[in-house]
Parts: sequence; structure tokens; C-alpha cells
Amino acid sequence: MFSIFGVPAPLLFGQLLLGLINGGFYAMLSLGLAVIFGMLNIINFAHGAMFMMGAFVAWMLLNYLGINYWFALPLAPLIVGVFGFVLEKTIISRLYKLDHLYGLLLTFGLALVLEGLFRNGYGSSGMPYQIPALLGGAVNLGFMFLPIYRGWVIVVALVVCIATWMLIEKTKLGSLLRAATENPALVQAFGVNVPRLVTLTFAGGVALAAFAGVLAAPIYSVNPNMGSNFINTVFAVVVIGGMGSIFGAIVSGFGLGVIEGLTKVFYPQASDTVIFVVMVLVLLTRPAGLFGKAA
Amino acid sequence: MTLTRRELLGTAAATSLLPLARARAADTPIKIGVLGDMSGMYRDLSGPVSVACAKQAIVDFGAAAKGIPVEILVGDHQNKPDIGAGIAGQWFDRDGVDLVVDVPNSSVALAVSNVGHLKNKVVIACGPGTADLTGPQCTPNTIHWSFDTWMLAHSTGGAMVKTGGDTWFFITADYAFGHAMQRDTANFVKEAGGKVLGNVDTPFPGTTDFSSFLLQAQSTGAKVIGLANAGSDTVNCIKQAAEFGVNKSARLAGLLVFISDIHALGLQNAQGLVLTETFYWDMNDRTRAFTQRVLPNTGGARPGMGQAGVYGGIIQYLKAVEKLGIAAAKASGAATVAQMKAMPTDDDAFGPGSIRADGRALHPAYLFQVKAPSESKAPWDYYKLLATTPADEAFRPLKDGHCPLIPA
Repeated sequence: MFSIFGVPAPLLFGQLLLGLINGGFYAMLSLGLAVIFGMLNIINFAHGAMFMMGAFVAWMLLNYLGINYWFALPLAPLIVGVFGFVLEKTIISRLYKLDHLYGLLLTFGLALVLEGLFRNGYGSSGMPYQIPALLGGAVNLGFMFLPIYRGWVIVVALVVCIATWMLIEKTKLGSLLRAATENPALVQAFGVNVPRLVTLTFAGGVALAAFAGVLAAPIYSVNPNMGSNFINTVFAVVVIGGMGSIFGAIVSGFGLGVIEGLTKVFYPQASDTVIFVVMVLVLLTRPAGLFGKAA
Repeated sequence: MTLTRRELLGTAAATSLLPLARARAADTPIKIGVLGDMSGMYRDLSGPVSVACAKQAIVDFGAAAKGIPVEILVGDHQNKPDIGAGIAGQWFDRDGVDLVVDVPNSSVALAVSNVGHLKNKVVIACGPGTADLTGPQCTPNTIHWSFDTWMLAHSTGGAMVKTGGDTWFFITADYAFGHAMQRDTANFVKEAGGKVLGNVDTPFPGTTDFSSFLLQAQSTGAKVIGLANAGSDTVNCIKQAAEFGVNKSARLAGLLVFISDIHALGLQNAQGLVLTETFYWDMNDRTRAFTQRVLPNTGGARPGMGQAGVYGGIIQYLKAVEKLGIAAAKASGAATVAQMKAMPTDDDAFGPGSIRADGRALHPAYLFQVKAPSESKAPWDYYKLLATTPADEAFRPLKDGHCPLIPA
């Protein structure tokens, strides 16, 4: 068995893989954030709460209605998406003409309210949610035991990221969306219902967060704080990738997952700080982020 | 005369204060402040269930029948020492609070204990772990109920080594409690002839994925992985250990685990885990009777040792108040604590016991193993008893604590 920088190679490969898996979560969450910021110019601090709601809705579907993981995977994002739809229509749409800060404050407040409500109802230590039987167990990769579920997460995360990117960059709908961001008045003049488009975009972004929440439910404790644990990191990911850049969000999500994973081997205490160090370095050299367009 | 809305509201507000003013004029009540984590990660091991236990203690003691009016205040310290000390100070100075109880989170508890000492009130700490509360930081106004790091390390650590777990790796939350927990446990492991192979300090709070730390632990070949963390950190560790099969190659030792954590994990994930508590609801007839009484007010949750400690602590406090009289008890917290120490304790949650000169409440420590799903016959039927450490051996010997109250 050979070693790299004093760390046994199998351990290092294991950490790389784990980093990629966590990166998958970062990518999915920052994707939704980037879409919402790119299209709506709203810094959605409630994104973590939506992630948490996705996990909780999956838990509720299972425990109250007996609906299992496979159905929860599409259903929970749908339910949370509808919630996002209502939220955008009733509250968030009032802020588009104001400064970014108002959106940030509003969504931050919303996140606190939502977390508080769930904490009141379900406590703080969380709910058990089992890994679906079909994805239980693990495979021996030689250098580590990979739980099949984690493998599934990485595959699904990749598929979702690529699909979202394709949707926005390569389809008619995506081009309408991008056009509506650039010049809403003109797009509206062509007969496109821009406010509807914006609402659906928000609902879509929120649904992505909820989808990540369902994926996370079997591996993390389903508790009201699970979103706020992620959200700071995810914001750093979005900033590093370039605010509003879909591609940047995906690449930096996976990339930072790996960097964090490696830090956990070499200097674990810094593993929650390293992403912010990277953020500082990126902002110093490229203020618009790695893939962002300079303003 | 036309009445504006503002005037109407003002009058309504003023009249609502009247009954309160009248009550104040009557007998001065004993005021108990339950200071806990009502909104953060320790809510389930403190929080509303602690408040329910406090209320139950007042009912079970029969305070009203004995002519002792008692009021309860509730506060949320948000796990921040400055906020906790601020609330306690305000309670003591402005609201006439005589006793602050619960106070989970070691750093908050140390701050509040100091405030209680300065104001000569009573603090009964049931939720925090640090054994310093009855060690270098002990005061004549503070009593530490339920558990501490020394006791947990001694019971769980000692038991694991005795049953063959002689090589250890620690996953440690990178703050005061985690380090203290690891240090105390490592000492017992070494004393018993075991070896510590390494440790990893995980950022606190904010770590959700422990899998890479678990794999590092596994790669050292340690027989026992000691979890020197608490709350959702422990829950995530255990859940992910099951996922990666780490719990097959090594045994997990939860160094601070409450029944609320087991409930959150589910038996499927938690089975086999060895842990120490000083209270379990299904221990004997008295604990079951206590749990049945308090259950309607907890939303179905069974109390853990911290919350049961709120019950036991308040019962003992009210006994002292009864003995001293309300006026004397309100006048001096130190005198009340001295009275509490002078009498044996006895309540339905912890049974008979005593309080030592350094403020340590003594009760037996129980080593439990979490049942497999097939062994669990009823809701919250989670533990089987492995061993009992008698009260006089469960806690750190008086002479080793370096409490300034104890002459060397």
C-alpha cells in the first residue's frame, strides 16, 4: 500500500469520492440559487429552508401517508415547488424593484420563520428516515466501501445538474428565460407572460432545493437546522462560481466538495473554513467569480 | 366622548396588568426560571420537556397545599453564554427569580453559575456536561444534577475497555465540551490498559457529513470509535457509521447520548450503541409513574436525564424552601443550597441520593445498550441495562475535583 503525503492512498481516494458526493449536494443547491439569482435577482436565503422542507415533506409523506422514497422523490419537490409558487406570488414578487438587500432580508426572515415552525412541531434532534431497501448495502471498491446510496446520490446529482443546464442553455424555454432576464419589457412585448415565467423559475429553483432535501434525508438527520448548516457553504459556492452562472455553480459545487474532502484528511479543523478561504482568493483575483460575467 | 383606537388599546393593556399587580401585593412567591435551549440543537434534550418537568415537580411536591406559591419563568439562552448570563442577571435583579434551573451547554452554564454566585441565588445545572462546575469553578450557590463529563467517561469508557474495546479513536467536536469529554475518556481508557490511536477534531457547529472522519477512524483499525460530541452531531455520526458499515468493524461509544437522540436515529440505526444515562423512564415503578404523570405535557416525548434532573432538582429545592421558610430562602441562595446539601434527596426520577459539599448531586449511573428493533416492545422501549455504577463510585472523588470549597 503506497501513501501520498503520509496519507494512505486508499484513504485519500475514499476522501476524494466523498468530496465528490458532498459536492453533488453543493452543486444541486447552488444550482437553484444561481437560477433564482440569475433570473430574479433575488438572493434567496430561504433556499436552505426549502432544502429542509424537501426532506421533511419526504418524511411526512412516508409517516403520514405511507408514500415511499421513490414517490417522494418527485412528489416532495412538487409540493415544495407549489409552496415556492405561492411564496413568490404573494411576497417575493413585491421586491423586484427594490435593492438586493430587501430580498436578502425578506428571505432570511422567511428561513427563520420556517425553521422555527418546524422546530416547534418536530423538535431539534431530527427524524429517522431509512435508506430505501433497493439502495441499501455497499460495494467494495478496493480502496473503500461505497454505500450504494451515496453512489446513487452522485449519479442523480450529475444528471439533474446537466439537465438543468441543458434546459436553460439549449431549449426554447431556456432562451425565453434568459431573454426575460435581459430585457423583460421587450420579451413581454412579444406576448410572453414574463411574470408567470419568473414565478415558475422561482418555483423550479425551490423544487431543486427540495429535491436535494429528499436525497439528503436518508443520510443526514432530518432536522430543522439541516438547511442552515448547508446554506453558508452553498452561498460561497455560488459566489466562487460567479453569481448567476449555472455552469459555474455546477463546477465549483463539485470542485469545492473535493477541496473540502481533502482538507478533512490533512487538517480537519479547517474543513468548514477552507471554502471561505477559496472564496476570498477568488474574489481578490476575479471579483465576478470564476465563471461570472464582469458587471 | 369618542374613543380612539389607540386609547382603547391602551386601556385594554392597562387593565390586563391589574390582576398581576394584585398578585404581587399578596404573598411573595418563589420564582423559578427554567433557562434552556428552546430553539437550537439542544432543544430536545432541554426545551419544553424541561419546562413540563419543572411544572410537574411543583405539582408533585404539593407546593400549593404546603402554602408555598411558586411561579415559573421560561428563557431561551440560544446556546450563547452572554445571552444566558444576561437573562439570568435580569431574572435575579428585576424579576425576583430565586432559582435558575436546567442550563444545558457547558459554556452557558459556567457563565450563569457565576451570575448566580454574585447575586447569591441558586443555580441547579441539569443539562450541561462540564465537570468543572463542581471542580475548579464550583460555587456555594450551584448544584450540578444528572451527569457530567467525568461520570460519562468513567461509565462508558471504563465499560468498553472491560469488554475488550482496548484501542480507541475519537471523533471530537472542536470546542470546550468535546475536548473535555475526550480528555476524560482517554484517561480512563489508558488507566484500564487501553490505547488511544488517534483523534480528529471536527468543526463545531456546522459539520453535517462525518463519513470521511468515520473512514479515517476505521483506517486506524481502532476497536472503539468514541464520539465526543452531542446532539445532532452524534445523530449524524451514528447514522453515517451505519451507512458505511463502520459500526461492523468497530464499536461506537456515544459519550453523551440522550434518549431523544435515540428517538431521532431510530433503532435500526442506533441498535447496539452503548451509552450512559442516570435516568431512564422505564427503569422501575417510580420512574414509570413519574413519566406517566409528565407525559401529557411533553407531546409524547419521554424525558432524558437532563430533563428529569430539572424535576429532581426542583423537588429538593422546594424541600429546602419548606424547611427554611420562604423569606429565608429568598434572602440567601447559599443558605438554601447548604440546606439542600444537608438533607438526603429522594424523588421519583432518581430515587434516594444525596448532594455533596462541592454541589455534585449523587445518583447511580446506568450503562445501557440500545435495543435492536426486534427487542423493542413498545414506543420508546429503547434501552437494556448492562451495568449499574453505585452513586458513591459514579462521580469524580471529592479530592480530585479541586473545588475551592473543599479544604485540601
